Amino acid sequence: MADKVLMKGNEAIAEAAILAGCKHYFGYPITPQTEIAAYMAKKMPKIGGCFLQAESEIAAINMVYGVASTGKRVMTSSSSPGISLKGEGLSYMAGSDLPCLVVNVQRGGPGLGGIQPSQSDYFQATKGGAHGDFRMIVLAPASVQEMAELTVKGFELADKYRMTSMILADGTMGQMMEPVALDFDIKERPATPWATTGTKLEREHNIVNSLSLVAEELERLNFERFERYKAVEENEAMYEEFMTEDADIIVAAFGIASRVSKNAIVEARKQGIKVGLIRPITLWPFPKAPFEKAANTAKAIISVELSMGQMIEDVKLATGCKVPVTLCNRVGGMIPSPEQVLEAIIEANGGAN
Amino acid sequence: MATTQFLFSGFGGQGILFAGKFVAYKGLTENKQVSWLPSYGPEMRGGTASCSVIISDEPVGSPIVSKPDVLVALNLPSLDRFEKDVKPGGYIFADSTLIERKVERDDVNVFYIPATQLASDNGIPTLANMIVMGKMLKELGDYTSEGIENGLAKVISAKRADMKELNVKALELGANS
Repeated sequence: MADKVLMKGNEAIAEAAILAGCKHYFGYPITPQTEIAAYMAKKMPKIGGCFLQAESEIAAINMVYGVASTGKRVMTSSSSPGISLKGEGLSYMAGSDLPCLVVNVQRGGPGLGGIQPSQSDYFQATKGGAHGDFRMIVLAPASVQEMAELTVKGFELADKYRMTSMILADGTMGQMMEPVALDFDIKERPATPWATTGTKLEREHNIVNSLSLVAEELERLNFERFERYKAVEENEAMYEEFMTEDADIIVAAFGIASRVSKNAIVEARKQGIKVGLIRPITLWPFPKAPFEKAANTAKAIISVELSMGQMIEDVKLATGCKVPVTLCNRVGGMIPSPEQVLEAIIEANGGAN
Repeated sequence: MATTQFLFSGFGGQGILFAGKFVAYKGLTENKQVSWLPSYGPEMRGGTASCSVIISDEPVGSPIVSKPDVLVALNLPSLDRFEKDVKPGGYIFADSTLIERKVERDDVNVFYIPATQLASDNGIPTLANMIVMGKMLKELGDYTSEGIENGLAKVISAKRADMKELNVKALELGANS
């Protein structure tokens, strides 16, 4: 195994992207993800790649659109308000069936909000994110190691299904340092016969476009796209289970909230409460299977989130409302403490022993 | 000791983040699980800069330190803000050149180090942070010249290799204070 180094989550994303063969980065600075751009600015020129600080987020996402249409690995990164600005481009790329990687290191909102960590862009990321019927693969890292690994995975899935992968992190994940090993097996990329790389007068033109004025044709494209989405849902859901085997209480949490929850769960176990964690790693596709199982074995589920309760809706859908699902949250840049989560666990278990 | 939670705090520019990185890297070279989380944003400009470091034998859960085992306070606002949070039986290391008051609690181990004064008397005015680190490691029973060498080797970039000796000097000054 390679030597472990200490890296910030943001830096780990940038380095992993380069290792995955991404030679094109376009972005516009915004806290708390600027280290990604800074890292790319330093590294890209050294490997013959392109780092470009665009004049705006909108310009950056359209540069991504351009490079993606040539079949090259490409990415952008931003934080919450910046991702909203990229919405139009995300929809156009979905309509053009192009692969790319977008990183959202979330901060508190809505509006300009604050700059401290948040998970309140869950709806935006998992339910479309802009106009039209489309999906993005949404990956939620909970460690610096995963910031790196899911970046590589994100590129692979984007290529495989010709769609956008989004890393949905938060300020804590971006700013914290942890040991990380960067020894990945980088798989060979699938061919890109659709890419606009010049015909050399040897083939028909490839056209990359999201405009389709004939309704029947546009309907067909939507149906086809959703066949692919169905395959993603069937094959790509990822999650971690922690102490769930005998759990009466299930905590559902991703990213930083799952780290805080683990502390609370270990503490609750010491008090004799049978509690475990289901941590979605993909937020779309949402990992329904472990929740369907938990709906038959657990007596309560607690969704721990840095939002007013967004993932909780998917938890309720997946469990078919068979068990009560409650929310334990902080918002606006605040993070639930292990004590707060422990209290919620004790309450769900029927109060103090 | 299975898990130690550190909170380093001071003014921006006092080398709080660097001290935290040194401790984290030292832990890494000793095959511990580690995490390092800085405060970021407006807090870093002016007010109190802080960083959470966790060194553990087990995987680190939350990287946020809200109840430190060890508080390092390099200025008064830091002590004012975090004194109450230290776990009973924990440690507080304070730079007594810059913090004139005493710690009010009597259920923690307190060490006052005139670090800023020592640093300036010894011609290393920017290394008060590492003087406190020396004292801290000594009192925690974690001061070995090998551990220090390994930590410093990782945290000081090759370009600044000349700084290593001065850091060792600062750590020794603190350990012997």
